Amino acid sequence: MKVLMKGNEALCEGAIRAGCRFFAGYPITPQNEVPEYMSWRLPEVGGHFVQAESEVAAINMIFGAASTGVRSMGSSSSPGISLKQEGISYCAGADIPFLIANVMRGGPGLGNIAGAQGDYFQSTRGGGHGDYKLFVMAPQGVQDMIDFPTHCYEIAYKYRVPAMILADGIIGQMMESIEMKTPEIDPKNLKEPDWALGINNTGRPKRRVTSYDLREGMLEKMVLERVKRYRELEKEVLWEEKMTEDAEIILVAYGTSARVSATAVKMAREKGIKAGLFRPITLSPFPKKRLFELASKTKDFMAVEMSLGQMVEDLRLSINGKANVHLHAKPGGSLIAPEEVFDSIIKVTKEGVKDYATIK
Amino acid sequence: MQLLNERPKSLLDVSMHYCPGCGHGIVHRLVAEVMDELNIREKTIFVAPVGCAVFADTYFNCDAIQGPHGRGPAIATGIKRAKPDSIVVSYQGDGDLASIGMAETVHSAARNENITIIFINNAIYGMTGGQMAPTTLIGQKATTCIYGRDPKVNGYPIRICELLSSLEGTRYAERTTVHNVAGVVKTKNAIKKAFQNQVNGIGFSIVEVLSMCPTNWGVRADNPSEATKYINDQMVKIFPPGVYKDVK
Amino acid sequence: MPKQGKIEVNEERCKGCYLCVSVCPNKCLEKSDKFSKTGYYPASYKGSGCIACMSCAKICPDLAIKVYEL
Repeated sequence: MKVLMKGNEALCEGAIRAGCRFFAGYPITPQNEVPEYMSWRLPEVGGHFVQAESEVAAINMIFGAASTGVRSMGSSSSPGISLKQEGISYCAGADIPFLIANVMRGGPGLGNIAGAQGDYFQSTRGGGHGDYKLFVMAPQGVQDMIDFPTHCYEIAYKYRVPAMILADGIIGQMMESIEMKTPEIDPKNLKEPDWALGINNTGRPKRRVTSYDLREGMLEKMVLERVKRYRELEKEVLWEEKMTEDAEIILVAYGTSARVSATAVKMAREKGIKAGLFRPITLSPFPKKRLFELASKTKDFMAVEMSLGQMVEDLRLSINGKANVHLHAKPGGSLIAPEEVFDSIIKVTKEGVKDYATIK
Repeated sequence: MQLLNERPKSLLDVSMHYCPGCGHGIVHRLVAEVMDELNIREKTIFVAPVGCAVFADTYFNCDAIQGPHGRGPAIATGIKRAKPDSIVVSYQGDGDLASIGMAETVHSAARNENITIIFINNAIYGMTGGQMAPTTLIGQKATTCIYGRDPKVNGYPIRICELLSSLEGTRYAERTTVHNVAGVVKTKNAIKKAFQNQVNGIGFSIVEVLSMCPTNWGVRADNPSEATKYINDQMVKIFPPGVYKDVK
Repeated sequence: MPKQGKIEVNEERCKGCYLCVSVCPNKCLEKSDKFSKTGYYPASYKGSGCIACMSCAKICPDLAIKVYEL
């Protein structure tokens, strides 16, 4: 059965289907539907919602709740996510899995409330202090918003890393017809993790949730143990390809930019230009091996992003000099038009511009 | 011959890192004794702060979490909401609770979270080396006000019990001291009440304990009267002990 | 007749703050003249005078004192 839903609300329903039973949040546009929806929906399924006094308090409520093994979630938009970074770093340092959504808006600073992709670095490089990574998924529409939470929780709990859904204001606000495909998980059927804080009437050893160790060399040991899990996490990389087999140029884009790029690829194909689309679904880990493979037959790649050229750096690292990497960038919370991207395709394929970079 | 004081089971038999004459150890023991007496050790989750008590998560014989500076009440909120049957205590110092974590303190009280807060007020930042705290007295010397706290530059000390008692959500707020035996006994009774309130679902309870910090007050650690005198003669004037709120 | 007691100080846990010495009503605790393994002159029981009032144990920050009633 298909239902018409707004991206932000689908995200909530997806999280609840995935067993989320705790949410703490703070109002910020364009993600306000998330705390609003959770405030009435979570109590219906026996969960808990807290409107926190700040983004900082919200992430720490999530830290507390998630430490008890309850599937917990937070959401915010760019400036709010910046405020949460300390708490996210603590969760990562204490190996506490949870789900956080960033419905990105234009920045830096207060910026604007339109959709943007300027938080790519923040999301894929850790974001807060210290050596850590998140598992980051990039939805490109409302269907992804409802589907991704299930996968995020699965990966987050398997590897004990926080997971992030990196959406943007457009995906959060748009309404689309979707299917509820993911199974409904009853948290009662989930096994309690062996690290979860709680009532200890079995005489098990006490459990500690902590990110510190001041003893000589012990923090290094703790971080290196985590690095092993990050290496394992690499195999959870996901991507999608369209018409890349014979492509002379491959556009690389995620989220809203991927949808715009898909239209531009279609326009190019109609004009006889062999364009393809590569859409990273996970941004961390980034599909670098596959991109490197593709670079052996395709000579031109172009990052298309609603930011000042952030994802293009991962693309360059993946291609590692094996092909040309171009950039079509649009910062400031403005939507990219397919025609602009098409123009950039022409510049590279027909006019042969080397190291093409346009910041529109 | 009968031993009169067993070590509480809720406190692990390890040496604590606190400086000589510091009051944290006394309050740790009192919290542990109360946990034993109320038989809540198995369901208590201890929230340790950033500051001198950062290692408290290793001392108590119960599940524990150590969180960011000042965020104890938010973490405790998350735990208590997610696991309502647990007993959650947030143990915090003055910098943690009254400065960087003031918003979390005030709002957890305003929400009447059913949690227990143990607040150690020694009027100084201990772990970082004696900087001025939100509760540092006027004229008191600290490493960030070496000539003494000057209200023209540094403002005035914050009275947490008085402030929180103005909130409807606060159910119990009492200030005690641990600078003499009578104070220790009162502190234990207050801590017991603060935990009992949580067990009985009464709600947000806080005990503020005036405590010694000989190291950072710059007084002799081997002459306890110097530190206890400071509490007795100076601190209680600004922070009078007593029950500030007690809603049944 | 007052109770009779005995005090044991765990020298390895005592940090020499002498809060116990200061609160003892019978002045039956004192600073030891022997250096402890942990680097302090611990408090020590004089050997007599304890009335098992528990004051020392109640104020000791390091749980270093055991009080017995004889």
